[in-house]
Amino acid sequence: MSGTRHEGTALLEELGGAPAARKRRTGTPPPRTPAARKRLLGLDHGAWFLLLPALLPILVLSVGPLLYAVSLSFTDAQAGRTVRTDFVGVANFADLRRDSLFWESFRIGLVWAVSVTALQLLLALGLALLLNQNLRFRWLARTLALVPWAMPEVVVGVMWRLVYHQDAGILNKTLRQLGMLGEGSGNIDWLTNISLALPAVILVGVWAGMPQTTVVLLAGLQNVPHELTEAAQLDGAGGWRRFAAVTWPALKPVALAITALNFIWNFNSFGLVYVLTQGGPGGQTRLPMLFAYEEAFKYGQFGYAAAMGVVMIAVVAVFLTVFLRKRLKGSEEEAV
Amino acid sequence: MSAPSTGVTRGGAPPAGRRARRFAGRTGQYAALLAYLIFLAFPLVWLLSTSFKSPTELGKIDPTWIPQHPTLENFRSAFEAQPLARSALNSLIVASGATLVSVVIAVPAAYVLVRHRSKVGGAANGWVLVSQMFPFVLVIIPLFLVLKNLHLIDSVGGLIIVYVVWNLPFALWMLQGYVRAVPVSLEEAAAVDGAGRLRILRSVVLPLLAPGLVATLMFSFVTAWNEFFFALVLLKSPENQTMSVILTRFLGAEGVADLGPLAAASVLATVPSLLFFALLQRRLAAGMLAGAVKG
Repeated sequence: MSGTRHEGTALLEELGGAPAARKRRTGTPPPRTPAARKRLLGLDHGAWFLLLPALLPILVLSVGPLLYAVSLSFTDAQAGRTVRTDFVGVANFADLRRDSLFWESFRIGLVWAVSVTALQLLLALGLALLLNQNLRFRWLARTLALVPWAMPEVVVGVMWRLVYHQDAGILNKTLRQLGMLGEGSGNIDWLTNISLALPAVILVGVWAGMPQTTVVLLAGLQNVPHELTEAAQLDGAGGWRRFAAVTWPALKPVALAITALNFIWNFNSFGLVYVLTQGGPGGQTRLPMLFAYEEAFKYGQFGYAAAMGVVMIAVVAVFLTVFLRKRLKGSEEEAV
Repeated sequence: MSAPSTGVTRGGAPPAGRRARRFAGRTGQYAALLAYLIFLAFPLVWLLSTSFKSPTELGKIDPTWIPQHPTLENFRSAFEAQPLARSALNSLIVASGATLVSVVIAVPAAYVLVRHRSKVGGAANGWVLVSQMFPFVLVIIPLFLVLKNLHLIDSVGGLIIVYVVWNLPFALWMLQGYVRAVPVSLEEAAAVDGAGRLRILRSVVLPLLAPGLVATLMFSFVTAWNEFFFALVLLKSPENQTMSVILTRFLGAEGVADLGPLAAASVLATVPSLLFFALLQRRLAAGMLAGAVKG
């Protein structure tokens, strides 16, 4: 969701490890006298007093609920007070395994997350490289690129519904003007067409998420040593060679970090697709989050929905492990 | 991508062949930039255009880019169709409430986490990272049950609590970066002069933290203002709903929407976020990456 997108950029420092950032972190000089050192390092009463107002809500309302949710996934909890909740073991997960609708939703979720993330990276990389050049109207693109990031995702969804609208939408009209929509054929209803709905929704996901990736990559490009680019150019390296040999190695950690975060956000995405299609037509765009939301708050199956959430975490965790291990291996090779 | 011209000018005038290639490269770059501009801008233009069109014009088969008779009618009827003003007020209360509370409790905590390395701090920061992975649906079910027991479902107060918790990790993270940039020698000097910890925090750290604090406040506000999922689940009655949720009511039960008022309301809901982002722009453009660490 666009909300968490804001948070993650700060996390990039940790995941991406921009060299500049790393240098700065170690820059804090140690306290001078032993007394001052002790005073500053120990967690005394005063320090706890300052820390607790933040730690308590996180413990009570973030760590706690999460453990609660995981435990709910082993029960048959339902909405409504009168229903008794019983421990059912792994029954929910066994049911999930046989739930073809869920797996279909899972498949759609993976298609959505992988395509949106990949397209985001490619398009954002292109735009960031362009914006890093000394071009006119660069400011316009920079400003425009921030707008989708600032917009509420509901508004992004509404806006694209207007674009895709069968009769009043601009997309059909433009295609007709360009001659790509024949005279005889009727207007396309993008969001209710079985085969077009998912690609149409993916395009919106790319539009909404690309700007932030661009800004992050643009920041990462500042780490590319300018002397190296110049040297490569003097040696006669072409644009592609310069990119492959100089720019990409310096940009890679940042690009991998934002890609990992993008994948998580996209896989857990909800609002955009909820507004665009509500999961339709015929479940063609029903992402796992939409499926779990319906299960929990339409049908009241809290236990079953919690089990879905646990499975979703597992997938993200597996993905992250594989992805980050690859990344670590990659950087080892570079060191050699 | 062709490179900046610095290397070439140094070596005197480039040969004609290279100059031609450079010109072709530039043209290609501008063509690509134009394509990006169109892709980014056209939905926005269409939203604005739709919001100024009269109902009769929207009913026509052949839509145009520019409204033929621009009107503010949609903005007026948007307020009549749904409790839009009320929802804007709700959004404002929720976003500012959650932002203020989370930043006020995050500032001292961020300070302690940076200046006193401890296991607690490591665990807290680890959790901030880990919590990024969780699908909201898993978090919302237990929160829904807890808030229900406290009779805080369908209440602005309940949503503020959820947003505070949801904003906290981010605010903590961002503020830690800013605290790190404050020179510790100033604090030591103040300590030597006999200032207590709270006094140091208030008189030394806080003033130096001001720019970072403003950025964190704005980001938290935009995040809460734009949020949809928690608001959708927790707020049921129209008079309590925030703008994001009210917007979906314009879509109607069968997805048959009154396009004009829908577009107008969407434009209005975007204004505050855009305003804050415009103010933040320099900071964002200067590099979000460094922003988390630098001031």
